[in-house]
Amino acid sequence: MLKRLRENKSAQGALLVSPTMMFMVGLLIIPLVLTLVISFGRRDPDGQVIYDFTLDNYRRLTGFTTDCASGAAFCFNDLYLQILWRSLSLAFRSTLVVILLAYPLAYYIARAQPRRRNTLLFLVLIPLWTNFVIRIYAWIMILRTQGVLNGLVGAILTPVLPLLSGALNPLLASMHLPLVATTFTPLEILYTPTAVLIGMVYEFLPFMILPIFTSLEKIDSSLYEAAADLGANAFRTFLRVTLPLSMPGVVAGTILVFIPVMGTFVVSDILGGKQYILIGNLIQRQFLDARDPTFGSAASLILMVLTLVVTFFYTRRFGFGEEIVPA
Amino acid sequence: MNPYRRSWFVRIATVLVFIFLYAPILVLMLYSLNASRANVLFAGVITRFGPVQTEGALIVQSPCGPFHWFCELAKNREVGNAAKNTLIIAVTATVISTVIGTMAALALQRYEFRFKPFAQLSLYIPIIIPEIVMGIGILVLFSQLFTFLNGAFHLRGDSQLSLGLFTVILSHIAFCIPFVTLVVMARLQGFDKSYEEAAMDLGANELTTFRRITLPIIMPGVLSGALLAFTLSLDDFVITFFTNGPGSTTLPIYVYGLLRRIITPQVNALSTVWILVVLTAVFMIQRLQNRNV
Repeated sequence: MLKRLRENKSAQGALLVSPTMMFMVGLLIIPLVLTLVISFGRRDPDGQVIYDFTLDNYRRLTGFTTDCASGAAFCFNDLYLQILWRSLSLAFRSTLVVILLAYPLAYYIARAQPRRRNTLLFLVLIPLWTNFVIRIYAWIMILRTQGVLNGLVGAILTPVLPLLSGALNPLLASMHLPLVATTFTPLEILYTPTAVLIGMVYEFLPFMILPIFTSLEKIDSSLYEAAADLGANAFRTFLRVTLPLSMPGVVAGTILVFIPVMGTFVVSDILGGKQYILIGNLIQRQFLDARDPTFGSAASLILMVLTLVVTFFYTRRFGFGEEIVPA
Repeated sequence: MNPYRRSWFVRIATVLVFIFLYAPILVLMLYSLNASRANVLFAGVITRFGPVQTEGALIVQSPCGPFHWFCELAKNREVGNAAKNTLIIAVTATVISTVIGTMAALALQRYEFRFKPFAQLSLYIPIIIPEIVMGIGILVLFSQLFTFLNGAFHLRGDSQLSLGLFTVILSHIAFCIPFVTLVVMARLQGFDKSYEEAAMDLGANELTTFRRITLPIIMPGVLSGALLAFTLSLDDFVITFFTNGPGSTTLPIYVYGLLRRIITPQVNALSTVWILVVLTAVFMIQRLQNRNV
């Protein structure tokens, strides 16, 4: 038996990979299949799953309901479609802002002296080692009405505003433009969609910086010299050489940012207030408060399909990022 | 042309992004010294040492002086338990996922076998699906399985199967494995097989060759895989949230619970201790790795 195993390379490989496959099948594939199965089920009044085959949960997600206030046979409620759309648009906007913030920083590090690169990368990673939940909590302290941001902005604006409004307002009034405020009113950012956007951007920024850095670092500096020799200015070099060659990093970063933003419920839960519901919050509430695991499962599968479809078309357009594996 | 030239725009943007990255952490640490229990405004630090005295929401005197909230934290049994759970989970998940993941990396890089494309594909699933989908799936699996088993074996009360430390550890192993495997595979890619062949020619058997040649060469990859797994497990919120039960609260889950109730500077003290401990650990690991290379 043991001797046969020593001879048989194929059996050795299968044996080495089998514990991993047990975990992947047992805690990944079977759970996904089970989620699919119960998404077609119903729930009993205690929140237990009744196995069945009904499309009610999916119909409810698309907005058609059978229990209508008006008494009609069915009616349309776009609540869940709105939640889906809100999640998608937030994920797109967050990813875009993250790219805009991450690119210059990654570029700076890639062009730093080689000795300093590791230190700078380390500085990018440190915030990741403070806990995810703790990082969101920090933003409560900064964004709330009496928080750090309003304290700083208020301290700067309070002495300046009366002077500014006194000088500018007569002119602005004559041109029918909005006037400058005479006193500082604190910014209300916490528990608004903006707060959620800031939180998402902050949470996932390092995941964009690292892959962009990796692809920028690979660019041979002789290419920059060639571009300069051929008469390209700095902007043109960036547009025609640097940016195209760093696209694999941007693609990998986008995947690493877009997917988690789509599924995160903690940021919107803590920074968005009760009214701001994303698909993650919807799923979480179905499992913990509303006690309808079948509807939650359907929403969870829709979320998965949505991210897979977006990722698929995105990678088909731009190629799959090699830099996705941290090494 | 100087390859290290960076425009003013890039320099300014870099400074601003670094401020954005660090401002929250600095605020968090500063407020851990806050004298105000309400923790909305920074009301200065506690300057007097002695038995606790308060004026409204303000604490004016404490046996620990400015470090009042750190002392309160040290007395907090729930935090102690959560910290213990977090460490048990992270260490167990890291050790097991590193061993299993390294084995899989060897298999995928070196051997041909049936189902290999399926095995490779399955490793990418946790990376390309949102974490909540995996968390929900595992929750559904365990709750359905436990309901069935509890019913089938008439388990009641304490002997009932329920979510706990064990389910959290299993789930953490599952999501750490792919990351370990991918990191170790990257290391194996540049591996020169002639070292192993030389060892075998000199009469070493497979086990000795693995122990004396292969393992030392891939060790840096295995260590960075382990470090990644440890970081992921320590930081995980979503999957733990759906798989923990009474008695298996971790620090992230505990902090989340506090945020939904009342926030005192004790949370800041906890965050500060967390950051300092993790940073110290990371520095030490980095120095160890540098010495080994």
